[in-house]
Amino acid sequence: MSTDETIAKLHQRFGTDLVDSTFRDNRRVIAPADRVHDVLKLLRNERQFDFLVDITAIDYLEYPDAIDRFGVVYLVSSTKHAERLIVKTFVNLPEPELPTATDLWKGANWMEREVYDMYGIRFVGHPDLRRILMPDEFVSYPLRKDYPLKGMGERHNFPVITRAES
Amino acid sequence: MPLALSDVPTDKAEDQEYLWTLNFGPQHPATHTTLRLILTLDGEKVVDAVPHIGYLHSGFEKLGEHLDFNQYVTIVDRMNYLSPLANEIAWHHTIEKLLGLELTPRCKYLRTILAELMRMHDHLLNVGTSALDLGAFTAFLYFFQQREYIYDIVEYASGQRFHTSYTRVGGVLFDVNLDWVNMVRKFIREFKPVHAEVNGLLTRNRIFMDRTRGIGVLSEEDAINMSATGPVARASGVVKDLRKDEPYLSYADFDFKVICSKGGDCYARYLVRMQEMLESVKIIEQAIENIPAGPVNLDVTSDAVLPAKPSVYRSIEGLIQHFEVLMPNRGYDVPLEEVYAAIEGPNGELGFYVVGNGTPRSYRCRTRPPSFIHFSLFPHIIRGHQLSDVVAVLGSINIIAAELDR
Repeated sequence: MSTDETIAKLHQRFGTDLVDSTFRDNRRVIAPADRVHDVLKLLRNERQFDFLVDITAIDYLEYPDAIDRFGVVYLVSSTKHAERLIVKTFVNLPEPELPTATDLWKGANWMEREVYDMYGIRFVGHPDLRRILMPDEFVSYPLRKDYPLKGMGERHNFPVITRAES
Repeated sequence: MPLALSDVPTDKAEDQEYLWTLNFGPQHPATHTTLRLILTLDGEKVVDAVPHIGYLHSGFEKLGEHLDFNQYVTIVDRMNYLSPLANEIAWHHTIEKLLGLELTPRCKYLRTILAELMRMHDHLLNVGTSALDLGAFTAFLYFFQQREYIYDIVEYASGQRFHTSYTRVGGVLFDVNLDWVNMVRKFIREFKPVHAEVNGLLTRNRIFMDRTRGIGVLSEEDAINMSATGPVARASGVVKDLRKDEPYLSYADFDFKVICSKGGDCYARYLVRMQEMLESVKIIEQAIENIPAGPVNLDVTSDAVLPAKPSVYRSIEGLIQHFEVLMPNRGYDVPLEEVYAAIEGPNGELGFYVVGNGTPRSYRCRTRPPSFIHFSLFPHIIRGHQLSDVVAVLGSINIIAAELDR
């Protein structure tokens, strides 16, 4: 099995919905948001991509010639054969949503929580979607490009616990 | 930070009122760093554990979008501070892939030696402190002395003991000399007897075995499904090592084994780490005797490399090149592309996903932190064990909060 065959198989199943590209040794496919779960499911169940390396997101607000607002990236690989594939999709405001991948890989749980925490992309069907790194009362999404590096003054508004209350 | 409502188990049934909740951390000697667990206990048995992280979150990935490729290396140092050079090597490995640079053979060997020293560095601390948490103080002291020697070695090469910031795009900060090579030779010669001594102290130690065998068992299936990598996955029988699977730097030149175990418990993870240190010694022994001659940095004509300081001060070409790299409107020729590259870090797959936008700053630099992913499987492997086993399991999966929260 090779990555070429995998991509050919994906094209056969999903037709022109899928765009594939290569950069250095990274093989990538770009799928529309409503098909991405099917793509991952096919990779997981039929092509032995049993290992989810990472899920991350990119905010394309200031990117040259970008059309969509957010890109979500799934890095998958296989422990049976050393193949890697990057599956990418795009979502947009006001309701960035994607189906969860936790039903395929349990490891997706915290990765999706981090993406939600940092970008506000909701994963529908996630068992426990809440903030992971930022405090629960935080309202912004800090890795979005419209969030300033210095923050928006949240630090000053954090509740202060006195010794008597603790 | 106040206790968030979502962390308190609310759906406690009537007949489960005997369960009680214990807050483990964020300040606890056995967590070693700042992380918090909310444990639900039945007597001393752990029924459930909810990790609560983010105490050390400092926005490294946001900072990475505002610092250039050579500046951000000072930040990646501070992620996994037990093996800072491994982070640096992973970071610049990704950037060199993005820019399409091929390193010189000498630099590849040098980085390989340093990466293996860092693997030993990390495992020494991990084995030492996890033994310390279980009451074995001597092994901890023996191994910490060895860590001091590694500190001396990296200090000699980079000028810094801890946060070395040693790598640069296309090379390293300084070349090494024969004295450094002799230091490494002396270290690996003296390391083996110490390793054997600690091996004798711990491996067949009745107390240590009772505390670690059968504790925190992670099956092979779960290890794969929950994205475990590195020693944690290999101790569960997953044969996965990027050094063999997709050789980077100069790993293809060396003869070494991938250490695996079938046990999946804390003891297996300990054994894998102990043996991996010996494999690292083997790699260093082969590499240190065969360091190729020649320049350590890429030629300055590649337009991406900072020239050596003497050439900046004494020649016009060096000065021009220095400004070519550092001026905000010049700098690197970065493609509008995205790249993922990973190395086999001491803890597991340590990768970066970098988006280039034509400027010398990354548009997005995602870290794939092994600690973060390993901590997510902690509740799964602690269920059903005793409260005192929390310490053993935490030690064996090697959680570093700075990398966990970034």
